Amino acid sequence: MLLLTCPWCGPRDETEYRYGGQAHVPHPEDPSALSDEEWAEYLFFRDNPSGPFAERWCHSVGCRRWFNVVRDTRTYEILAVYTGAAPDSSIGRSGDSSIGAHA
Amino acid sequence: MTTGQPRRLPHGGRIDRDTVLTFTVDDVTYTGHPGDTVASALLANGRIRVGDSMYRGRPRGIMAAWSEEPNALLQIGGDRSEPTVPATTRELVDGLTAATISGVGALDPAADDAVYDKRYAHTDVLVIGAGPAGLAAALSAAASDARVMLVDEQSEPGGSLLASRRETVDGRPALDWVAGAAATLAAAPEVTVLTRTVAVGSYDDNYVLALERRTDHLGAAAPPAMSRERVWHIRARQVVLATGAHERPLVFAGNDRPGVMLAGAVRTYLNRYAVRIGDRVVVATTNDSAYDTVEDLCAAGIDVVAVLDARDVLSRRAYEIESRGGVRVLQTSTVCQTEADPDTGALRAVRVGTLGHDDSVSCWETLPCDLLAVSGGWTPVIHLHTHRRGAQRWDDRWAAFVPDGAVRDQQVAGAAAGAVTLHECLRSGATAGAEAATRAGFPARPLDVDGTDSLAEVDPARALWLVPGDDGGPADWNEHFVDLQRDQTVADVWRATGAGMRSIEHVKRYTSIGTAHDQGRTSGVNTAALVALALDGPGVAEVGTTSHRPPYSPVSFAALAGRERGDLFDPERTTPIHPWHVEHGAVFEVVGQWSRARYYPRRGEDMDAAVDRECRQARTGVAMMDASTLGKIEVTGPDAGEFLNRIYTNAFAKLAVGSARYGVMCTLDGMIFDDGVSVRLAEDRFFMTTTTGGAAGVLDWLEEWLQTEWPDLRVYCTSGTEQWATIAVVGPQARGVVARVAPRLDVSRDAFPFMTFRETTLASGVPARICRISFSGELAYEINVAGWYGLAVWQQVYEAGADLGITPYGTETMHVLRAEKGYPIVGQDTDGTVTPHDAGMSWVVSTRKDFVGRRSLSRPDTRRADRKHLVGVLPADRTTVLPEGTQLVAAGTTLDDRPVPMLGHVTSSYRSAALGRPFGLALIDGGRERIGEVLLAPVGQRLVEVEVAPTVLYDAEGTRRDG
Repeated sequence: MLLLTCPWCGPRDETEYRYGGQAHVPHPEDPSALSDEEWAEYLFFRDNPSGPFAERWCHSVGCRRWFNVVRDTRTYEILAVYTGAAPDSSIGRSGDSSIGAHA
Repeated sequence: MTTGQPRRLPHGGRIDRDTVLTFTVDDVTYTGHPGDTVASALLANGRIRVGDSMYRGRPRGIMAAWSEEPNALLQIGGDRSEPTVPATTRELVDGLTAATISGVGALDPAADDAVYDKRYAHTDVLVIGAGPAGLAAALSAAASDARVMLVDEQSEPGGSLLASRRETVDGRPALDWVAGAAATLAAAPEVTVLTRTVAVGSYDDNYVLALERRTDHLGAAAPPAMSRERVWHIRARQVVLATGAHERPLVFAGNDRPGVMLAGAVRTYLNRYAVRIGDRVVVATTNDSAYDTVEDLCAAGIDVVAVLDARDVLSRRAYEIESRGGVRVLQTSTVCQTEADPDTGALRAVRVGTLGHDDSVSCWETLPCDLLAVSGGWTPVIHLHTHRRGAQRWDDRWAAFVPDGAVRDQQVAGAAAGAVTLHECLRSGATAGAEAATRAGFPARPLDVDGTDSLAEVDPARALWLVPGDDGGPADWNEHFVDLQRDQTVADVWRATGAGMRSIEHVKRYTSIGTAHDQGRTSGVNTAALVALALDGPGVAEVGTTSHRPPYSPVSFAALAGRERGDLFDPERTTPIHPWHVEHGAVFEVVGQWSRARYYPRRGEDMDAAVDRECRQARTGVAMMDASTLGKIEVTGPDAGEFLNRIYTNAFAKLAVGSARYGVMCTLDGMIFDDGVSVRLAEDRFFMTTTTGGAAGVLDWLEEWLQTEWPDLRVYCTSGTEQWATIAVVGPQARGVVARVAPRLDVSRDAFPFMTFRETTLASGVPARICRISFSGELAYEINVAGWYGLAVWQQVYEAGADLGITPYGTETMHVLRAEKGYPIVGQDTDGTVTPHDAGMSWVVSTRKDFVGRRSLSRPDTRRADRKHLVGVLPADRTTVLPEGTQLVAAGTTLDDRPVPMLGHVTSSYRSAALGRPFGLALIDGGRERIGEVLLAPVGQRLVEVEVAPTVLYDAEGTRRDG
C-alpha cells in the first residue's frame, strides 16, 4: 500500500488514488496527420523502465485532481510529486533519460 | 491446587494455580490453569501424543511451544467450531473442547456470527515483537515524544524471557525488568501496546497488517458485543522488526516420534508452564543454546542422561556445564536413530552416533530416555523483512540466514537480526528504537540497558544438516523427516532433485514442503541445506529459501471481511421514489450499486406475464418508469459546447438552447464508452445524462481530459445524479397525463417538439424540467424534478394517469421496448470492442470534426468488413427465447466439427408482445451483410434456426414518437 502525497490533500493511502499510466504522453495535436503506425504508437505503446518512471495519478476519492509522480519501479520509492511539466533530471536523483520521454 | 496434573512441578511457572480450568480433548477431561496453552496443559497431564501424521499415520507428539508447531493441531469444538488450531498457541479457557486432528480440520458449515472488525492506526514507530529487543526498542523510542506502537503475538510481553530462569537485566531478574518495562509503556500516553496481536503482512511504505485476538482467551466471560478478532491497518513512519528466531530440529532417522521436542520448547514448558515433560532426557545440539535447557533441567532435578554435541571442540559453555559434574557431554556426537514403545509410540531410547568430519556417523550406544531435546540451530524470523523484498545473507558462524541490511525506513533488531546473547538483543533493540524515533523526527537516545545470560561468550554452531541412516543412501531415507506436517522426508527431497528440480521454489512445489499450516517455520532452512547436499554443488547460501509471502500466520476470511458482510458488503443506492416501488411489490435488480425496480408483478403473475402487460400498456396506453438512476452531469462554462463537441462523436457546439441531442462517446481506441442525451440549458450550460452504471466513469473521463489535455478550456463538471429525480411518462396517451401534471406547459406537438425541453412549474407548485426524449420509440416525456420532490411528483403522475390505467414499469420492460427499437445498451450490447459503426450507428459519427477516438476509426482493424456488427435476430420457430450469450454458427455446421466455427453471440434477448415472437440483438461477423440469412443457435441440445434481421424491428419509420 503506497503512501502517495497528493499535492493538494497531503499523504494518503494508495487506495484513494487511480493510476493513470505513463506521464507526459500528450494527445497528438492533429491525429489525422499521423500514420497508422504513429497513431498506434501513441495509443498502445508505453515505456516500461526498471527504475525511475514518471506516471500520472488521480486523487479519485479525494480532490479528484490529476498530478504526476516519479516512482522507482524497482523500489516503489516516490522520488517526486509535481504538477505540470516534467521535472528536470536533478529531481528524483534519476538523471534517467526515460523520464519525460514524450514531454 | 494442581489436581490430575501429574507432570506439573509443585512450584514456578507463569500460571495461576489458584484457578483450575477443566477442558476436554478427544473426549478425555483434563485440568489446567490460566496461563496455560492447551499444549502446556496436555503436557502437564502427561499427554504428549497428538493426532497421527497426515499421510503416513505415524504417531506424533507436541514438538514446539508456539506457532512453529507442526504436529499438535486441534479442531476446536463448541458453538463456533474452528479447524487447524495449534494447541501450542491456543490459550486454555474453562470448558474448552477440542479434538486432535491429522493435518486437516473441517470448516464449520454454519455462518460465523461472531463480530470481527478493523482499525486504522498511524504511528511514528512500530515495534513488532515484545521480547528483549522489542521492549528495549519501544522503551528507547517512547522516551521521546514519538507515537509508538508495540505489537506482540503472545498473551504477555517478554518473548524469549518468558522462558528464562537465571537471566538478568540491569541486575534484576529478567521478568521483573519485563514487568517494569510493560508498566512504563502502559503509562506512556503516546504508546500503544497490543498483545495477542500478530503482524501478518508488511507492505509498501510501512503499511503493516496485524491481527488481534480479543475474546478467545476470555472464554465464557467474553462480552457478547466485543469483536472476536480485529485487523489492524497500521501505517508507520519507522518500523523495528524484533521478531526473534525459531529453533530448527535435527534431521535423523525417526526424528518425528512423540518425545522428540525442540530444546527451547522443553525449556519454555519447564520454566514458563512448570511442566516436567520427561524424567530422563537426552539433549542433542549443534550450538550453545541448548545448554540453558540442560542447566534448567538439572536445576529442576530432572535426569539429563547425556548431551550430544555435534561440535568437535567443547565450547566454553559446554565445558562450563560439564565441569559442574552430573551431566555427561559427548563431543562430535548426535542422535542417529530413535526407538519407540511399540504400544504407545512414545520415545523409549536413542542411539548415539559419532560424527566424522564428512558428516558420516557411526552408531555405538543406546541410551534409554523418555524425552529428546534437539537444537539444530536457530532461524531468524525475517518473514516481514522479506515481504518487502528485504535481502538476506548466509551467516556461516551461526549457520543461519540473517537480514542483509534493512528495508527503507525499517530496522531489524535482536535475534531476528542474528543477535545471540541477551545483551546483544537488548542493545540492538535499544539502538534501533532510538534510531527509529530520531528518523521519525523525535530525537532519542538508546536506553542504557545491560543484560546477562549464560551466553556472555558464544562459540559458533556446527552446521549439521543430515545424520546419515544406517544403510542405503539419502534416496532411501524415508524416516528422516524434514516437514513433519506434510510428512515429507529426505527421500522426498532427493526424489525432487532427482526429477530435475533445482530451484528451492520448485522443490517446494514438487514436495509440498513448507506449504502446510506452519508454512515451513521449522523445515525451510533444513530443506535448503538438503537441496544443496542433493545437488552437490551450490552451498545453502546459493540455494536460498523460498519467498515468504503474507500472511505470516493464518487469518480467517471472517476477520478480513470484518463488518463488511451482509447489508454492509456493498453500498445500496436507492432513488427517492424507492419506497413507492417497495410498497407496490416491485421485484428489484442491482444495476451498478443501484437497486432498481425490475417489474411490478400483480397477483399470480410471473416476470414474463408482468413484462408482457407492462410492454402492452406502454405501446398502447400510458406507462411510467423511475429513471432517476441515470447519471447526470452539469457541464458549465463558456467552452462547454466546444468541450462536448470534442468528447461526443457527433456535433454539439451548435446545438440550440432548449434542444436535446443523443450522443455517443468513444475511448481513444474508437470503441463505444458511454451514451446518453444532453440538453443545452443555456449557451454555457449543458445537462448531460449517462448510463446508470457509467456515471462515475464518465465524470472521471471528462475531468481527465479537462485537467490533463485541455486545461485551457473554461469548463466545469458537476455531478447531479443524486440531485434530480427523473420520471419517464411513456405511451400514446402520455401527452394527456403530462398536460394534467404540468398545466402551464403547452404540450402540443408543435409547441413542444421531440428532442427539446421546457422548464415549467407543475400543478403542485414543483419546478420541473421536462424533456421530450424517448427510449422506447413511443411518445415520451421525462419529468426531472429536485430529488426531494421525486416521490411526490411520481404520485402526482400516477394519480393523473389513473383513469387511463397508467402502469409503472421496470427495467425489464424498458429493455424490451428499447431492444425492439434497436437501441443498444452500452455494456450489454457492447463490450469495449464495438465501434459506433459496428453498432450500426454511423449516423452518430461526425465526418466534419475531430473527436476523441476518431483517428482510431480509420485504423486498418476498425475498417475491416468482417467486424462484428450489431444486428437483430429472430428465432425461426417463433417460440424460443435465446439465452443471452448464446453462440451463433453458420447453417450446415454440426457441433461435431470442433472447434465449432462461431460467428457471434446473442447480447440481448426477450419475448416481444409487439412483435408477437421472441427476438434478440446479436454481434455477428459481418452481420449487416447477413441480414435475411439463417444461422444456427445451439440451445441446450438443440440447434435453433435464427434469422438475421435489422436492429430496428418495431416502427422502423419512427411514426410513433410524436403520439
